[in-house]
Parts: sequence; C-alpha cells; structure tokens
Amino acid sequence: MILPIFFQRNLTVGLKSLWHRRLRSLLTVLGIVFGVASVIAMLAIGEGASYEAQQRIKQMGSLNIIVRSVKPPAKASTSSQNMGAMDKYGLLKSDFSRLQTIPSLSQSAQLRRTRETVWQGEWNFPAQVVSTNPGYFQLVSLSLASGRLFNENDDIYRSNVAVLGAGLAQKLFPLGGGLNGTIRIKRNYYRVIGILSDRSISGGGATVATENVNYEIYIPLSTGLSQFGEFIFKNEGGSTQREWVELHEIVLKASRESDIPATVSLISAEMKRSHKAADYEIMVPLELLKQAEQTKRIFNIVLGSIAAISLLVGGIGIMNIMLASVMERIREIGLRRALGARKRDIVIQFLSEAVILSAIGGAIGVILGIFVPALVTRATGMKTIVTVWSPVLAFAISAAIGVIFGFYPARSAAELDPITALRNE
Amino acid sequence: MSDQNKKIPAIHLEEISRIYQMAAGEVAALDKINLMVEQGEYMAVMGPSGSGKTTLLNLLGCLDQPTAGRYYLGGEDVSALPDDQLSEIRNRKIGFIFQSYNLIPQLTVLENIEVPLFYRNSHDPEGFKRAIRLAEMVGLGSRLDHRPSQLSGGQQQRVAIARSLVNDPLIILADEPTGNLDSITGQEILSVLREMHRQGKTLVVITHDDSVAQHSSRTIHIVDGHIKE
Ligand SMILES: Nc1ncnc2c1ncn2[C@@H]1O[C@H](COP(=O)(O)OP(=O)(O)OP(=O)(O)O)[C@@H](O)[C@H]1O
Ligand SMILES: [Mg+2]
Repeated sequence: MILPIFFQRNLTVGLKSLWHRRLRSLLTVLGIVFGVASVIAMLAIGEGASYEAQQRIKQMGSLNIIVRSVKPPAKASTSSQNMGAMDKYGLLKSDFSRLQTIPSLSQSAQLRRTRETVWQGEWNFPAQVVSTNPGYFQLVSLSLASGRLFNENDDIYRSNVAVLGAGLAQKLFPLGGGLNGTIRIKRNYYRVIGILSDRSISGGGATVATENVNYEIYIPLSTGLSQFGEFIFKNEGGSTQREWVELHEIVLKASRESDIPATVSLISAEMKRSHKAADYEIMVPLELLKQAEQTKRIFNIVLGSIAAISLLVGGIGIMNIMLASVMERIREIGLRRALGARKRDIVIQFLSEAVILSAIGGAIGVILGIFVPALVTRATGMKTIVTVWSPVLAFAISAAIGVIFGFYPARSAAELDPITALRNE
Repeated sequence: MSDQNKKIPAIHLEEISRIYQMAAGEVAALDKINLMVEQGEYMAVMGPSGSGKTTLLNLLGCLDQPTAGRYYLGGEDVSALPDDQLSEIRNRKIGFIFQSYNLIPQLTVLENIEVPLFYRNSHDPEGFKRAIRLAEMVGLGSRLDHRPSQLSGGQQQRVAIARSLVNDPLIILADEPTGNLDSITGQEILSVLREMHRQGKTLVVITHDDSVAQHSSRTIHIVDGHIKE
C-alpha cells in the first residue's frame, strides 16, 4: 500500500464515477490525448530535422573554413547576351598559395569540380568529378571502405587513379568488384584504387544544401587539371557557354575552434584585396551549426507555444466536464457531507477525477506521440528523434493540468453548503 | 454501551435559537428551544409547514449550527465546532434518513450502505460485514449488486435505513421518511423503524402522519419555532 487509505478511497470513488460516465470521460480525455501526442510528435520531428542539419554541417568539418567560387551576379546577366563569350571568375591558384600562409591554419586543400559522365563498360552515370589534393579526404573526414586513397606521388605523377563514393561505386559496379576496376571519363581511363564508406544521412528534409558525397568521384588535382583544363563548357538554353574557373573551392582548416573568427577575417581581408568582384563566398560550417542551433531554439519555442495552447484547450475541456459533473452531483456532494465527508474529502474526490482523466489522456497521448513520429519516418523517410525527456515532460504537464484545472471545480464542490446541496433538485 | 453511558441524554438542547438573517428582516426559525431526548427514545416531531421542524433536525444532525444556545450530543458540546469536527461527528454519531432517499445512482446497494464507512477515521474491518448484515436485515440481502434505479421507492428507503445504521450511530434522524411513499409501503418502513427502536436505537422522526406518533414513545409539536409537547 503506497497511498494513504484516505487517498485510495477517494481515488476509488473518482474512478467509479468516471466509469459511470465513460463516454463523456473518453471525449474529454481526447483533448489531452491530442495535446500530448502533438507535443511529442512535433518535438520528435523538429529534433530529427535539426539532427540532420547538424550532421550535414558536421560533414563539412566543424573546424573548416570553405572559400568557394561564385559567379558574380553582374556577369551572369551580361554573359547571357554575349553568346559564346568566356567568363573568367572565381578562385585562383595564387589565392590558395597566399591563403595557405595564414599561420592559424593546420591543413588546406584546393579543388575543382566538374560534372562528367563516368563510364564502366556499357554502364554510365553522371557524377561530380572532384580533382583535389590528397589531404582533402582527411579535411572532410572521408573514410575508406576498401582500397587506398591517392597520395602525393599520384598527384605529382598525374596518375590516372580514382576514388569512388559508395553510391557511385554501387551504380557503376552493381555486381561488386569495383576496386581495381577501370572506369572512363571522356577519353581517359582511370583505375579505381579506393571506395569510400557510405556517408548518406537518412531522410529527405535537407536544410543545408551539400553535394551528395556518395555520388562523387575523386582524382588527383594535377590529373584533373591536365585532363579537363580550366575551362568549363556549359549548355544553357541551347547555347554553349564557356567559363574559366581555376579553382572551385579552397578548404582551410583552423587549428582551434577559438581561432576561427580571427582566421575568417584574415581570409576575408586577403580575398578582398585581390578580388574586386564578388566572385567568391566564404562559408564557415561552425557558424552554420550555431545558426542551426539558434533556428532549433526558435522552432522549439514555437512548438512549445502550440503545445501549450493545445494542452490549455485540453485543460479547459477537463474543467468544463468537472464543473458539469459538480453541478449534476450537488445532491451527492450534500449527501456525502452529511454522511461525514470533510471538505478535503470532496476536494480530493473531484480532483482525483480530474487528474485520472488527464493522466489517462496523457498516457494515451504519450503512446500516440511515440507512434506517430515512427509512422512519419516510415511514410516520408524523414528522420525523427523522440528524446527521453519529451514524453516524460508531456505526461507531467498533462497530470499538472488535471490538478490545475480540476482544482476550481473541486473547490467549489467542497464549499457547497450541505443543507442547500441536499435540497437541490 | 455501558450503563453509565445510558444515563447521559442522547440530545440535550439549552436555549437553542436559529435565526435566519434575511434582507427583509430576521426569521427566528427556532426560538430558545429546550429539549432533552434520552437514549433509546423514539421521538416523533410534528407541526405545521414552516414551523421549524427541518431546521431543528439540521441542528440535531450537526449540518447547521445554532445562532445561540448550547447543544450537547451524548454529553459532548457540539454547538460551535470547526467544520472538519462536525463532519466527524456526523459520521460517527448520526444516521440520516431523508424523504427522498438520497442514494448515489452510480453505486450498488451494498456500496451505498458502505458510504459512511468511507469517511471513518479509524480502520473498521467489521464495517463491511455489518453492511451486508444490515442489507439482509432490511430485506435486500439478495439485491446487493443492484443499482438504486432498479429498486422501488420503498426498497430505496430501506437501503437508506441500512446506510444510516452502518456506523452504529448514537441518534438516527429522519425527515418525513414516508413522505414519498404510498401508505402501505410507508407502514412497512415504519415497522422497520419500530424494530430499530425495539433494538435500543434513539430515533427522531419528523412526520405529518399521526400513525407514526402511535408507534413512537414520545411526540413533540413545533409551532412557530417553539416546542409544545
Ligand atoms: N435557508 C433559509 N433561509 C431563510 N429562511 C429559512 C431557511 N430555511 C428555513 N427558513 C425558514 O425557517 C422557517 C422554518 O423552516 P423549516 O424548513 O424548518 O420548516 P418545516 O417545519 O420543516 O416545514 P415543512 O413541513 O414544510 O418541511 C420557515 O419560515 C422558513 O422559511
Ligand atoms: Mg421540512
């Protein structure tokens, strides 16, 4: 026996009268059920989305600072009129050499990206070809599933070697055996020396656009430059355009997190000095991460408010049914008082009814609230995370609502004058 | 009950007044009443409508408090007690029988009889056995699981009588217990009350029915808030 006999008895009375009006009790409970379930489900979806965003950002490397070539907006408008004209913009190899001298950096890599069709026998697949330094893999923590990465020697000797993303390897070699296989890009053949492990993040609701690394193919920078040159041909609206971009991306890694702000301003000053046009952008994953966290906080506040309102509505529903119940049972209350019930017995009786209602609603809501996100994940592939505290919190709030909204009706029942109550028709 | 207890009167009223304060003025429903009821007495209370009978019974039942005077219930002064103590006294010392039975619809016959046991301070393992025995005594031993709505008026009043006895009270108060019943059923209820009296219970019964007075050991008349024996 955990509860004092006093509580046990009043709880029994409460349960009995709820059962007596079970349909109405059930309908009342629904408000709380949906309130609690929506709180848990929304939090789970929000948590899942922000986890996904954070994973994507972390993939970029939280200590990294990424400088990217961007086509300046002014040039974009003129080039569409000057057909066949060549646009030169973006990062230069000289930028890389100068940026590398910033002392707070520990590592760096430069890369070019080109879209090419990759062939394996009769199979082909469009892929992003990344020509880069051997150090790039470590910078963005890409790891091998099998084989090896290319090294400095491969870069120096312009070896025709390639490392495939897991997804691309699967597409090109659907029967396996990709390692040491041969692939072709344009007229050149490459030996597959390594295959990366799967980097996919479950779900579709990407909040940060990142290239899907699973469908990338990596070759040494020198090889890439010699094979594809520095020009990029683009087919746009039926006309061919040539663009001249030396480097698409420079990835710089700061030694410490605390160095990042200062390093970013150094990079930005250095870039401004040599680039008159806005043909580059500086991206700091750590800042994006902080922004994502900020967004999540706002998201949580919005969700919290919606949840609070829906629970409030549930609470008002409980108060409503309890007041109706008190009105209907005025004589019963008078009788119980005449037979020896104290005011607090009456308070406990009605309060426990309210709490039982909201707790049952809360319990069903928790089950539903855990079930719904699982269903959402199943149906949409969206990642959802039910944290431990969210059902606990939602249930505690629902029970508290029973106490808060049940108190006024219970109190007014207890304060009835027994004689008046007994006379009530 | 010991012999010594027997000598203490069940009810002793000293100069009891109950005055209602109204916007239109004061109404003295009871005016300086003195009354002594011995243990084991069966007292009928009669009088015209509005004379103060129910007011008196509410005071005797500790549902109401006098505006002046002293009320000793079994020797204990209960004229000015806090609400919780009045509840306890009602629970332990008083059994109520109402004109309109006042059973709780969602409870069974047995559960209705047991209600006063709910509010007892001390644990009473015998109480539930007593409830069954009382149900049998009033002739409802075979209907313990029925709901009030499945019973006739007379049967419901029998349940109420069993309920008034379950805590073995000092006095039993009934306000027109046969008022809602036809005369034959009313007579049956009165014979149950007579049987209770025979077993030594103290009863105060308000009635408009002269035949009740014939069963009772004593009859008082209330007129305009005053007692006339
Ligand atoms: N709550 C109240 N407020 C004001 N006056 C009251 C109240 N209750 C009773 N009275 C008055 O007190 C007087 C006695 O009323 P009471 O109910 O005791 O009469 P009664 O003898 O029981 O009548 P009846 O036979 O009709 O039941 C009446 O004048 C009544 O109007
Ligand atoms: Mg009356």
